Amino acid sequence: MSTLVRDRAPVQTGLVSVRAPRKRLSRRTLILGGAGVVWLIGFLFLHGTATLTLPASELTDLHRSLNQFNAWVASNRADNPVFQYVFTPLRAAVDAVANLFIGIFAASSTGLRLPEIGWLGTVALLSWIAFAVGNARVALLTAAAFVFFGLQGLFVEAAYTFALVITAVLFTLLIGIPLGVLAGVYGRVAKVITPVLDFMQTLPTFVYLAPLALIFLIGPASAVIATVIYAAPPVIRLTAHGIRCIPENTREASDSLGTTGWQRLLTLQLPLARRTIVMGINQTTMAALSMVTIAALIAAPGLGQVVIRALQSLDVGTAVNAGLSIVLLAIVLDRVTTAASRRAEPGANRKRRISRRTRYILLAATLLVVLAMVQLSRTMLWAAAFPKDLNIGPAIVSGVSSASEWLQTNLFLFTVSFREAVTNGILNPFQSLLTETPFYLLVAVIVLAAFALGGWKLAAVTATCLAVIIYLGLWSDSMVTLAGTLVATAVVMVLGVIFGVAMGRSSKVDQLMRPMLDAGQTMPAFVYLVPFLGLFGATRFTAIIAGIIYAAPVAIKITADGIAAISPTVMEAAVSSGSTPWQVITKVQLPMARQSLALAANQGLIYVLAMVVVGALVGAGGLGYDVVAGFVQSSLFGKGLAAGLAIVFLGILLDRMTQAAAANPVRKVLSAKSPAH
Amino acid sequence: MSKAGLLLKRTIPTLAGTVAAALLLAGCGGASVNQAAAAGSTDTACGTVNVALNAWVGYTANAAVYSYIAQNKLGCTVVQKDLSEQISWQGFGSGEVDVILENWGHEDLAKQYITDQKVAVDAGPTGNEGHIGWYVPPWMVQKYPDILDSKNLNKYASLLATSESGGKGQVLDGDPAFVTNDEALVKNLGLDYKVVFSGSEAALIQSFRTAEKNKTPLLGYFYEPQWFLSEVPLKKVSLPAYTPGCDSDAEKVACDYPDYKLNKVMAKKFADSGSPAAKLLKAFSWTNADQNSVATDIQGGMKPDAAAKKWVDAHPDVVAAWLK
Repeated sequence: MSTLVRDRAPVQTGLVSVRAPRKRLSRRTLILGGAGVVWLIGFLFLHGTATLTLPASELTDLHRSLNQFNAWVASNRADNPVFQYVFTPLRAAVDAVANLFIGIFAASSTGLRLPEIGWLGTVALLSWIAFAVGNARVALLTAAAFVFFGLQGLFVEAAYTFALVITAVLFTLLIGIPLGVLAGVYGRVAKVITPVLDFMQTLPTFVYLAPLALIFLIGPASAVIATVIYAAPPVIRLTAHGIRCIPENTREASDSLGTTGWQRLLTLQLPLARRTIVMGINQTTMAALSMVTIAALIAAPGLGQVVIRALQSLDVGTAVNAGLSIVLLAIVLDRVTTAASRRAEPGANRKRRISRRTRYILLAATLLVVLAMVQLSRTMLWAAAFPKDLNIGPAIVSGVSSASEWLQTNLFLFTVSFREAVTNGILNPFQSLLTETPFYLLVAVIVLAAFALGGWKLAAVTATCLAVIIYLGLWSDSMVTLAGTLVATAVVMVLGVIFGVAMGRSSKVDQLMRPMLDAGQTMPAFVYLVPFLGLFGATRFTAIIAGIIYAAPVAIKITADGIAAISPTVMEAAVSSGSTPWQVITKVQLPMARQSLALAANQGLIYVLAMVVVGALVGAGGLGYDVVAGFVQSSLFGKGLAAGLAIVFLGILLDRMTQAAAANPVRKVLSAKSPAH
Repeated sequence: MSKAGLLLKRTIPTLAGTVAAALLLAGCGGASVNQAAAAGSTDTACGTVNVALNAWVGYTANAAVYSYIAQNKLGCTVVQKDLSEQISWQGFGSGEVDVILENWGHEDLAKQYITDQKVAVDAGPTGNEGHIGWYVPPWMVQKYPDILDSKNLNKYASLLATSESGGKGQVLDGDPAFVTNDEALVKNLGLDYKVVFSGSEAALIQSFRTAEKNKTPLLGYFYEPQWFLSEVPLKKVSLPAYTPGCDSDAEKVACDYPDYKLNKVMAKKFADSGSPAAKLLKAFSWTNADQNSVATDIQGGMKPDAAAKKWVDAHPDVVAAWLK
């Protein structure tokens, strides 16, 4: 897999030469080089043979048998005990909770379809809760954001999304925290759970949306269940991590007092891990929000529906308006949960400016005001439904639309030639190198590279992953996806190093960049796909850009944190010895941040892979297309399922190989998987 | 007790208190404005109609007009849900969907949900006739008049090649959900082309629009009725004529697409409910021109509801006949 390594060369070379002992390095390079030569020679002589190509509309027997799942569910829904006693009651329970929250905040099913608590009450109540768990600043932010939703003309949609997020987070915590505690206390549970969580995080959401909708039928219940699957891993991981990280001597001190297991958990482990757990809640909430948007595809109401509808009519303005709401909601949820985690820090209370007593009085007094506003919003129409004439939504929509039209008309020639240059110069040669090499040769080359990077164990894992992909009948599509993913990751790493270094060196740049990075991560991909579609057309190039926008913020943040974490004494020593800034960056900062760089490459790759399916909506082809097609055409259902699995195995393969390439110390950082925020 | 415990002790009761108070208010806060207004409007027998919204604007036009009439003339509550075609059909079983307003064939789904599961019924044709085919932007027809015959397509393969099509000519296809035989057609007609999927109707329209504006070559999958054809009148390439049964083997298709008589589908429960909205659905029928005029208005920035009102106000006789 020499190309994989070559792509990473600017990042990795310094790393390897510094870390690894000399002897191992030369052997590794030798095998990798040999594999590369074998590959190129094989490509030259055998190219076009044994490529295992399967046209988009053709199926293998495996795909046909997976199609049967569809019919099986249909015929067993009524009388199979699994449905009678598990799925149907589960659906009813989730539906009931979701409808409760929807009824309170968004719309009741009777009368004027007004919610139980109108907009004024919702704003007051949520701000008060933000104040109670966080501080006055986040309370103000909450109020401002929700009033802004109203001004955008999207209050009801935002309330629907909020209600679904709350429901999903509630269920996620109900399942996630106990599981996390178990995994933290018992190492054996953690060992079983970790691969399952890995699987849940790499499985593209589209893949389980279709079967879930089949089993739980479309509507809020399936949306919530899909969201729980997507959002549970962070809180489980971080809870376990928090409990595991309690210092050994603290535990021993507690044990020596004769505490039982339960006592230890309640008085020592949970309280000390609380900050990490709240961080997990934060991550879970953010994940839930992004998933609830996608769940619009299976009839989850809310902002996601507005975005999807706007996409169908290429309405950039409307899509951006709704996207803005989603980003704002994300900022509110993030800041409130972050403030709550600060408050949860041991000793936080001592630093308060106001005494606890004053705070209580303040909370009680404001609660009365809030209750009055809630009552008002139930009895007065103006406080129940947001006034329609206070609407700046159309202005935002038309402003954004004309801006994007101007861009599309005036940049067209430049963008097309740029796209053609990249596609013909880099993407096409690289893709044909992957797709037209005989599969047996490529498998051998990749396994050999894996052996060079991580020994027999990694070679075995890699061989298994590749075997599964071949068995799934999607080898050629997987190689198309791999080509796009690697090109996107290479760009992500270049961006990560450039901006990460800039941010790590200057806190001003950091402050400027961070909100933009947050927006890039929370803005649903659908929203920014539309203008890029206009600029670059429906091509693999556009899909790669979508992946870059989604993955670059993570890589930049991790790199920046790594650079910023280098001890100031080292930096001073370098500067005082007369190094130029360039020398400081290349000789001190980048080599010292190598672990972060490796982590950034790994996460960048995983994030790009997560966008493969969305990229298929704008012409990516490959596995992403198979998944999307399987989602919308019942005859391709099985192929879509198989493609989803192929993406997972491709993800495992790439993850393990980058981890191995980055050498062992990184592995510890990775197991926490908490770098996103 | 640690600080942590104290904080938990403090936060949880306050939160619980708030929620309890809010629920208390919700429960016994007296008549709310929601219920008070409801008392006046629930006299109609119609109730709620769940309308699936599929991913093309022509469909939106049908849905807008149907919803407008059901809401304003019959007093129903209409809930529209953006869904893909297959997912919409699934909704018949769960009660999430009552109505699909424009169905393109989909014999497999019809068999599963109408014949086998008996959760849906056919609600008759929409009056629209659907055509699927290969189209080129108008400027190409002026410059290369003979491109409209599929026999001449190979001559233009190199012109239509793109960086996506690997040296061959490109046939741009649309949403993965759309009915297509294009890969088989390319193979069986011996064309030096490659089918490239753009992924959505949005992508397809954007591609044709830029192709016409910048005079770049493009050959792609498209269909009528479609509002975009009134903005850019794309020209259809003639494939070997359709004969009944020529498309029965999906692998061996070498003929044009059939003409689709588009129809409506509704949930069995909804059909049996005797709702006036079900009667309206069965009667709903209009022409391609009608649909295009509404779709063009929606595309021009009009809210679907307003575009529907405009059409309904301009065609009182048609609407009256539907409501009879």
